[in-house]
Amino acid sequence: MKTTAAVAAAVEAVPVARLLPRIGQRDASAEPSAPPPPALDELEPTVYRFILRHSWRQQIYLLVVTLASFPFLYVALSLPKTIINQAIRESAHFPQKIHGISLDRIPYLMVLCGLFLLFVVVNGAFKQHINTYKGRLGERMLRRFRYQLYQHLLRFPLAYFAKSSAAQIIPMITAECESLGGFIGDAIALPAFQGGTFLTIIFFMFMQDPVLGTAAVAGIPVQAYVIPRLQRKVNQLNRTRVRSIRQVADRVNEASAGMVEIHADDLVKLHLTDFAHLLGSIYDIRFEIYQRKFFTKRLNNFINQLVPFFFYSIGGYLVIRGHLSFGALVAVLAAYKDMASPWKELLNFYQNKENSRIIYDQIVEQFQPPGLAGVEQLLEEPETIPHFAGEIVATNISLADDDRSRTLDTVSFTLRLDEHAAVIGQAVSGKSELAQVLARLIRPTGGRITIGGRNLAELPLAVVGRRIGYVSATPYLFAGTLRENLLLALRHRPIRPAEYDDGTARRRARQLDETRRAGNIDLDLHADWIDYEAAGVADRDGLAGRIAAILDEVDLAADVYDFGLRGRIDPEVKPELAARLLEARRALARRLAEEGITKLVETYDLARYNANASVAENLLFGTPIGPVFDFDALADNAYVLRVLDEVGLTDDLIEAGRQVAATMTEMFADLPPGHPFFEQVSFVSADDLPEFAAILATIESGGVKALDAAERRKLLSLPFKLVIARHRFGVIDEPMQQRLLAARDAFRRGLPEDARGQIAFFDPEHYNAAATVQDNVLFGKVAYGEAEAPERVPAVLAEVMDGLQLRPAIIDAGLDYPVGSGGSRLSLAQRQRAALARELLKRPDILILNEATGALDAQTQAKVAAGVRRGMAGRCMVWVLHRAALARDFDRVLVMSGGKLQEQGQFAELDRKDSLAGLLMAAE
Amino acid sequence: MSLLQEYELLRRIPFFVEIEPAKLKLLAFMSERVGYDAGKVLCRQGDPADAAYLIIEGEADIIVNTPSGPVTIATLGANDIVGEMAILGDVPRTATVRAKTRLVALRIAKEPFMRMVREFPMMAISIMRELAHRLELTNNQLRNAISEVQRLRAAEHHADAAPVA
Repeated sequence: MKTTAAVAAAVEAVPVARLLPRIGQRDASAEPSAPPPPALDELEPTVYRFILRHSWRQQIYLLVVTLASFPFLYVALSLPKTIINQAIRESAHFPQKIHGISLDRIPYLMVLCGLFLLFVVVNGAFKQHINTYKGRLGERMLRRFRYQLYQHLLRFPLAYFAKSSAAQIIPMITAECESLGGFIGDAIALPAFQGGTFLTIIFFMFMQDPVLGTAAVAGIPVQAYVIPRLQRKVNQLNRTRVRSIRQVADRVNEASAGMVEIHADDLVKLHLTDFAHLLGSIYDIRFEIYQRKFFTKRLNNFINQLVPFFFYSIGGYLVIRGHLSFGALVAVLAAYKDMASPWKELLNFYQNKENSRIIYDQIVEQFQPPGLAGVEQLLEEPETIPHFAGEIVATNISLADDDRSRTLDTVSFTLRLDEHAAVIGQAVSGKSELAQVLARLIRPTGGRITIGGRNLAELPLAVVGRRIGYVSATPYLFAGTLRENLLLALRHRPIRPAEYDDGTARRRARQLDETRRAGNIDLDLHADWIDYEAAGVADRDGLAGRIAAILDEVDLAADVYDFGLRGRIDPEVKPELAARLLEARRALARRLAEEGITKLVETYDLARYNANASVAENLLFGTPIGPVFDFDALADNAYVLRVLDEVGLTDDLIEAGRQVAATMTEMFADLPPGHPFFEQVSFVSADDLPEFAAILATIESGGVKALDAAERRKLLSLPFKLVIARHRFGVIDEPMQQRLLAARDAFRRGLPEDARGQIAFFDPEHYNAAATVQDNVLFGKVAYGEAEAPERVPAVLAEVMDGLQLRPAIIDAGLDYPVGSGGSRLSLAQRQRAALARELLKRPDILILNEATGALDAQTQAKVAAGVRRGMAGRCMVWVLHRAALARDFDRVLVMSGGKLQEQGQFAELDRKDSLAGLLMAAE
Repeated sequence: MSLLQEYELLRRIPFFVEIEPAKLKLLAFMSERVGYDAGKVLCRQGDPADAAYLIIEGEADIIVNTPSGPVTIATLGANDIVGEMAILGDVPRTATVRAKTRLVALRIAKEPFMRMVREFPMMAISIMRELAHRLELTNNQLRNAISEVQRLRAAEHHADAAPVA
């Protein structure tokens, strides 16, 4: 087996054409970066061309190994006959001679049995090797295919995504192509092997008797004619089925995107009905496929059974007439039996092949929209990426829509690369398209743009994407932290290779090898991709400073500072910051005391009840870390219940719960569920009220004793949420507070070892990793019912933080804020500013803003505009404005109307009553 | 001071006297207890009225700006309510309210209050009744004032008509 493995390895060592110079590894391997044949990345038109192109060596190897396994299989099958006939049945003469060694009967039997065992082992090994090899080959090819599909997706023209949803694409890359992997391993070897077997058997039968041989194959032409015709119809149905299934994906996607409208306009029934219809048509198709499929099967079986009919009738006739020996007929019949299995395999294979062909065709056709970008342009990595210098010259740019109307009509202008130009115009004037054309997001249908004499259309993405910045009105943020999103602007390629220890390096080398075999891009995700140089800084610290400066420029610093305050830091990772925050805690306490406003924050004090914290917080005197002591689940926690029993509080708290429940049900009795008042009450929802009413009724009739355990817990859960200073039910009186303090004490003392990790206790001397930065500094609760508190406390907090120069550190922590899927945790105004920051960070030569600050209020807008213009001083900026009046401060103004550039010049020149710019401003 | 006590205070205000207990408790519950240090302003003349204040403890000055400067026209104490008329209509504050001592007040915000008036017709009727009562008082006062003016005018006229001594 070693040799086969070695051969296998040799066969697979196909040199993968290198697409990219190995960045970050240049010194290690000085492999020249010869441009590869671009066809490698194009999708082959048929599945067989795909298989042959990327795996013909492996396919031949599989064929050879399969054929090589055949004699062993044959021997293993024939040995039992030899054992029985020659060793056991005593038909042979002993001693037998094998290779000159004479053996008696028993040893002979043993030797044969030993041989049998050996061949079983050998055959098993062959089988395992072939199957593993097939599986691996299939998976590798599937990987290549999926990669090619994804790469194609990234090459789609942007207009594609404006028109069609990606929902149909997803099943193509995931589920639909899955079955191809299994087919690819069988693609050549199986038909070759089974076909060979089949032909051998037919040949044998012809040798026995030409007539019987003819009879045996008589059905085949019929089958060969009928079956593909039947299959063709099934294929067609299968295509329709795949399309329908894609529609299902589309509908689900549409529904989830339009959920607001579905509910707002009561479209539930319409959508359900529509979906039911779609499912119905899929059912119909499937049903028809089954009918045809099993009809084909039946026909096949019938034709197959016709053959024995011929054997018995014609063969029998020939034997009786003496034209054929009886032995020959028996032999042919036996051979015919053997023929059934390969024939069945071949038919199965045929259906499988047809399926795979359709799947492949149907996927590939979807991935070939017109206007695919070139792979080379997308991936080429020039040695150096020079800065643009000179001018942008746009000559007769036109953009024709599908319906031939022109959204851009022979637009020509020249712009110096140190100018700031404003583009104004009405909504459909073509100004937005102009911005996208300049950023090469849309390819113009006519005309050309040169930048510093270089044709924009021909530049590699590495140049365009790094030297030109673009922000749209609805920028996208990727799921991850804010920092990760900002740094995306600097992550174009691995800059510094990752450092691996020996074991990881070996694993990584193996993975890399496999990556290349599948024709995937072979860059290292774990390398450091951050290009400090592009940001104009030397290292991590420099970058932090740069980001902070940019956040100021785009007026996002205050937002990020807030994220930081509301976020958490890990004191183990940032011990220094934690220590400084503790210092801030002490400084804040001092400041509050100095200003005589200590009453605005009620500090946590182990010996005192905190009226501004909930009963639960008072009891735990800490922040729950996991779900065990979650405030909402406290009444279900066995340990908490035990502590309450210990200090004899349980009944009193239940009584408090009863009073609260009674007041609540009385007050809220007439309010419909969903009434806004319920939102202001944090501890009872409208759904709970009937349950509490029932509990109260039970108490009314049978006393508290009549309650079952669940009802008691339900009542008990109420007072846990009470904040005395806020809720004023008067049920937690002074003595009760004292006993809660006793419970606090008991809770801390008796806390089991294994639960200690579940809670971070308030401790004036320690940083609480489970609490937010702000809570750590306040170390207490902002007092309810103090008119000044909502304004004064944040103000004093800000002063303290600034006094200790903590703001940069908090902003840094705030950058770890997770922005959510698509940036959903940020407002649009925040997303716009984050995207601006991202583009400024990469210091583009040309920054194109497409109504990029439309969501900001006028004051912020002015601040951000000034900041961005400062940041882009001396470099080129083209800003498509949503309001014409904002063009005032720009060097140049371009006025678009009806796809044409109607006016251009300085603002002062254009600011006339009779100019288009003047009209636009007058209209605002 | 608990919700129940606040409710008792509210109940004594003529404006709320006819409102059924459950709703008045709800009003108290939806309101916020706010403390002000002496000198702090609860609301300012000319600002839009967004809440009424029921003084629970302490004293507040009611100050009106006149051409000759601010004038304190009244000082209110515990159990007094201020600004209740303003939250019924969209009129700006007619006076500034400033804490004279440390003051604790129940801040009855306009939004929940108006919502309750809208949703519980009985509450609207009680308030109408109270307003009618106040209007009647005002009318009486006006009538008295008018007759007083007429009396004075008559006296003046009489004096004018009298022969010069």
